[in-house]
Amino acid sequence: MPTHAYVPHAPGYVDNDGPKIVTARFPYEDSFTMGRAEATGAYDGLRAALERTPAEVHNEVREATVLGRGGAGFPAGVKWGFMPPGKYPYYLVVNGDESEPGTYKDRLLMERDPHQLIEGCLIACYALGLAQCFLYVRGEMALAQERIATALNDAYAKGYVGKNILGTEFSVDITLTWGAGAYIVGEETALIESLEGNRGMPRLKPPYFPAAIGLYGQPTIVNNVETLANLPWLMNNGAAQYKTYGSEASPGTRLVAVSGHVQRPGVYEIEQGVTTFRDLFYGDNFCQGIREGHELKMFVPGGGSAPWFFPEQVDLPLEARDVGAAGSMLGSGAIIVMDETTDAVKAALRLVRFYARESCGKCTPCREGTTWEERVLQRILDGEGRPSDIDMLLDIADNISPGPYPNAADPAQGLEAVPFPPKQTTICPLGPSSVAPITSTVRRFRHEYEAKITKRDSIPVSAAPVAGETMESQA
Amino acid sequence: MARFSDANLAIANEIISRYPRPKSALIPLLHLAQEQDGWVTDDAMRHIAELTGTTPAEVKGTGSFYEMFKFHPVGKYMVNVCTNLSCQLLGGEELLEHAEATLGVKAGGTTADGMFTIEDVECIAACTEAPCLQVNYRYKLRVSNDDFDQLIDDLRHGRTGIPEHGTLATVRQSIPAEAGAGIVPPEEAREAPVWLARNEVEATDGGGDA
Ligand SMILES: Cc1cc2nc3c(=O)[nH]c(=O)nc-3n(C[C@H](O)[C@H](O)[C@H](O)COP(=O)(O)O)c2cc1C
Ligand code: SF4
Ligand code: FES
Repeated sequence: MPTHAYVPHAPGYVDNDGPKIVTARFPYEDSFTMGRAEATGAYDGLRAALERTPAEVHNEVREATVLGRGGAGFPAGVKWGFMPPGKYPYYLVVNGDESEPGTYKDRLLMERDPHQLIEGCLIACYALGLAQCFLYVRGEMALAQERIATALNDAYAKGYVGKNILGTEFSVDITLTWGAGAYIVGEETALIESLEGNRGMPRLKPPYFPAAIGLYGQPTIVNNVETLANLPWLMNNGAAQYKTYGSEASPGTRLVAVSGHVQRPGVYEIEQGVTTFRDLFYGDNFCQGIREGHELKMFVPGGGSAPWFFPEQVDLPLEARDVGAAGSMLGSGAIIVMDETTDAVKAALRLVRFYARESCGKCTPCREGTTWEERVLQRILDGEGRPSDIDMLLDIADNISPGPYPNAADPAQGLEAVPFPPKQTTICPLGPSSVAPITSTVRRFRHEYEAKITKRDSIPVSAAPVAGETMESQA
Repeated sequence: MARFSDANLAIANEIISRYPRPKSALIPLLHLAQEQDGWVTDDAMRHIAELTGTTPAEVKGTGSFYEMFKFHPVGKYMVNVCTNLSCQLLGGEELLEHAEATLGVKAGGTTADGMFTIEDVECIAACTEAPCLQVNYRYKLRVSNDDFDQLIDDLRHGRTGIPEHGTLATVRQSIPAEAGAGIVPPEEAREAPVWLARNEVEATDGGGDA
């Protein structure tokens, strides 16, 4: 097998010779079949778990500090501990709704290794006494749905899922379910609403975790696909071994998708907290540099919702804590690289337009604010902008996310980093996410905005001069 | 047109049986309706309401939130071109323009022969393979204009194997009665799961020894 190269049957995945916790089966073309999965140790992690008590399995996950890979990076073992004792039934909802701009990893895991995911779900269900698991796959992912349906049918036939799993008392059903196109359904309480057959709108907080009130009002764990995909390896190899990879605060590996203006965009399994953005962008076994003849202008370090970084930040490791302190987040492991040819206003508009389209409309600052942001940015880009538009954008942003918004340091302007996360006036973080592209670009590239502004501010009606051309003082 | 056929009714009931509450099956049932007719008809929504103990208004209320459901006829092939940031950086918008020019309709429109509907869509989780698109939710990656023209030609001549709009996965889950753990409403599952209860007792006993 060629070293650190694309794997044709797993489009985008680059086998980079690093440790493989979740992509071990990817090099096999038939990795998704029961035959290949069993031949390469699938369900051994489940067997290992079943030999221990549920509490021991939970402890192993806590011990390993398996951070959530869905966006917030919350440790799974700790979250699992929030389940109120005795309030049965408990449910597991697997978040396979992957739709954050730039994010491409859960789909690969579902298409290429559905048995690993099913095994991870079973381990979680065993540890927590979960009565039923719902595997919620994004609606637009037909192949992932097919692969999971096939894998589940085979797993039921072999006694890995269902009644008396592997001859033990452990019994659980896994239901494959799927969405129908709505980014916001990735937010965990919206996911639960959708699974109850409702419009996918986030629930009011508190409670902050569905462990308190989740599906059908019952205690519910929502975990990301990649988070659960880590569990089979963990059961086979133990927390101590898991922690030999990555950093102390963020053990193990994670999948990152690097897209945009790099030589070799791709999905890479990297060691968390160790690999730096520079390694990723310029390393030979990673992206091999910015595209020929160009240089880095800016990058989004953790999905469309993350404040942007600039060349000064490339030496940061992909460590949640450090990236947070530097003013952004690792989020969903989506890194979008932009070179100097990129129009900052146009790029910001494209992300803002996404949030305006995807706002669920439940709260006013987000519903109205994202639409305003889009319109104002559009008119600036179209050459219809007015000088006051830039401050208007910041003002709308401040209504959604009050106070200083998280931002990277900008030494040239003497600006310090504002740490993550932002404040919010909204029910969920979607509204505040729309602010990230705006403040990131206005702060750094205000001149690009100004260069596009051609109109004058309109004249307040009361102060309108009689003749047209004396407006300089009105701005 | 429109209520579930007998074969699809059997599938619908099987889908419902996989959820603790029938209403949870709404989205999969709406997909099934779209698979049957190519779009979601009013009669299908009435039928879904009957099957799930909801009202047609609730079914439409849920369904209309989600972009994949079409409440009017669309092309046999939905051509969804991604223009979100990663794709925009590498020509997603130009690809969309090429698609519009080639097929003679703007995003959101359907060609006169009913073959193609073009949509300008958000990120479809293939960002490293930009620019990309989906035809009826099946991927085409790193698409050049020539690739696009070839694709349209293949679709017109039925050379792709991509099913008509409405069909998502061509494999369905099915849980054999004897193999299932038993899916019941939450009210009927108040007991601690046996393996957990047993182990809790063992753990407490074991704790005494230590
Ligand atoms: C607007 C929004 C969209 C989200 N989309 C996703 C998603 O597509 N997939 C995902 O796993 N988590 C998503 N999340 C995060 C989930 O709410 C939740 O934190 C996560 O699924 C928990 O799993 P983890 O702890 O294993 O990471 C989203 C959150 C927000 C606010
Ligand atoms: S912030 Fe936006 S997406 Fe979130 S609940 Fe409010 S309106 Fe809906
Ligand atoms: S931005 Fe086009 S697939 Fe993600």
